[in-house]
Amino acid sequence: MIVGAIGLVYGFIAAPDTIEDVKEMMAADAHHGSEEVAVVENDTHLENPEHAEESHVTAEGHEGQEAHGEEASHGDEHYEHILHQLQNKPWAAVYIAAFFFFMIALGTMAFYAIQQAAQAGWSPVLFRVMEGITAYLLPGSIIMFVLLALSGFHFNHLFIWMDPEVVAHDELIQNKTAYLNVPFLLIRAAIYIAGWNIFRYLMRRNSLRLDEATDDRLHKTNFKLAAGFLVFFLVSESMMSWDWIMSVDPHWFSTLFGWYVFASMIVSAVTMIALVTIYLKSRGFLEYVNDSHIHDLAKFMFGFSIFWTYLWFSQFMLIWYSNIPEEVTYFITRIDDYTLPFFGMVVMNFVFPVLLLMNSDYKRINLFVIMAGIIILCGHYMDIYVMIMPSTVGESWFIGIPEISALLMFAGLFVFIVFSGLTKAPLLPKRNPFIKESKHFHY
Amino acid sequence: MASKVIHAIYTDDDLLLQAVKQVRDARYHIAEIYTPFPVHGLDKAMGLEPTRLAIASFIYGLIGMSVAILMMNFIMISDWPQDIGGKPSFSFLQNLPAFVPIIFELTVFFAAHLMVITFYMRSKLWPFKAAENPDVRTTDDHFLMEIDASNHSVEELSKFLYNTGALEIKLIEN
Repeated sequence: MIVGAIGLVYGFIAAPDTIEDVKEMMAADAHHGSEEVAVVENDTHLENPEHAEESHVTAEGHEGQEAHGEEASHGDEHYEHILHQLQNKPWAAVYIAAFFFFMIALGTMAFYAIQQAAQAGWSPVLFRVMEGITAYLLPGSIIMFVLLALSGFHFNHLFIWMDPEVVAHDELIQNKTAYLNVPFLLIRAAIYIAGWNIFRYLMRRNSLRLDEATDDRLHKTNFKLAAGFLVFFLVSESMMSWDWIMSVDPHWFSTLFGWYVFASMIVSAVTMIALVTIYLKSRGFLEYVNDSHIHDLAKFMFGFSIFWTYLWFSQFMLIWYSNIPEEVTYFITRIDDYTLPFFGMVVMNFVFPVLLLMNSDYKRINLFVIMAGIIILCGHYMDIYVMIMPSTVGESWFIGIPEISALLMFAGLFVFIVFSGLTKAPLLPKRNPFIKESKHFHY
Repeated sequence: MASKVIHAIYTDDDLLLQAVKQVRDARYHIAEIYTPFPVHGLDKAMGLEPTRLAIASFIYGLIGMSVAILMMNFIMISDWPQDIGGKPSFSFLQNLPAFVPIIFELTVFFAAHLMVITFYMRSKLWPFKAAENPDVRTTDDHFLMEIDASNHSVEELSKFLYNTGALEIKLIEN
């Protein structure tokens, strides 16, 4: 219970940040609107031969959006694209940041369920940290749902298949309308979100009640719940990744996309657990966490980073090798227009953690784990960025005020909710049957 | 120089770990321990130096990676470029994704095999080598601790070992 103090103070320090960021972001949005108009006006009388060869992905993506620009020349149509891309940009920035933090909470829930289902002996001292991070699952998923609903009601154009005019001209999307339509998307999203949150609520409640209980019955219930959650999660997570990420580019598909997103999710989640644990430990809480626990978390960070790279490369190499036009456009836009973030994230997510966390002793040194963790989190933000941005804003990408402020806003919200979640229960699940083993865990 | 060693036999790994700590605290020298399976934490309890096998393995991996890169470059780019699926056949870098699985496999292959060979050489193991364990029961369910008794009173040491929970104490002179 004493934990409350620091956690809350930290949370309140973070809270003003979020409000400022909201204002900043709104200002950025408004600013952007006016800037875009200026861009369109200034550029219409310039020659643009180089724009003739714009990538066909963006061209076909925005065919239907020129409702009021039909009589315009080709040059105007092009600026129309850019305008729509730039209008998409703040939305996409919010969407990416919202998804990124939501993904961390969901990944932590999955990791927590794995620990419960595997009856892991080393991790119970960290359960309350994981439960604290999953506190963000409910707000995070509600934000995601609201963003999807806003897209569905045409407040933005993140998902071009939601625009009836695009669908009318696109046979490929027409054939997918049985799955890709707004009501069904929202129903599916509601099912996933409800499922995850119900499991989260029940497991958290059982875990708290177990502290007061006299027998281990609730532990067994949690074991069953964790197994059930994992089954539900693996199916729903995969479909979620198709619905929420892959469908921004509705022509393209990849069969291992769900796994790929899962790899990003779990490595970010483990990294977040490690960072929060080290932070709390440095403030004198979590007295039973020793460097062996940190070592194990760092091993997971290391392992899942390699796992992510494996899936990233598997997806890339198969598409690169077969070179089928409808598949390979995905990587062509990313490599041509997003060279730096696309290859930069591989360095951040693979080369850096591998070289830094390879040494067994470094995994025990907090400084190295924090350094690697921050790089990994940035790298996986870039990963989500590179998944969403090319299909929503095309070539007009830039990491500017909307991206950074959206990231900061959700970071503030995340930190606030996680740390206030941490304050609500003692940080040691004292009645867990494995707690003794976990306290003495020593490698 | 006649060396005297004492063989103390234990039947439980936790007991053995505890005994190792006591023996070391009492400043006796443990020459060797024979166990039927790897006992977790025994190397640290005995104060053995950490293994350098990991470093060797990393170096072997780098060697494997270099060999694979040179090999693929020679085979597929410089010696006999082949057009496979219209992929660029005269540039190593542009063709790199196709080589990555091979580079990966050879890295693992070199690291694993050379590491095993290094381990055998360092522990002086080879095919048909006569077994060194002094008591066959250490391959089943007994743990044997070999303590150097040359400079100690055997009587005292045996009594001490008996108190640490040794089941059987034997003096070996050779």
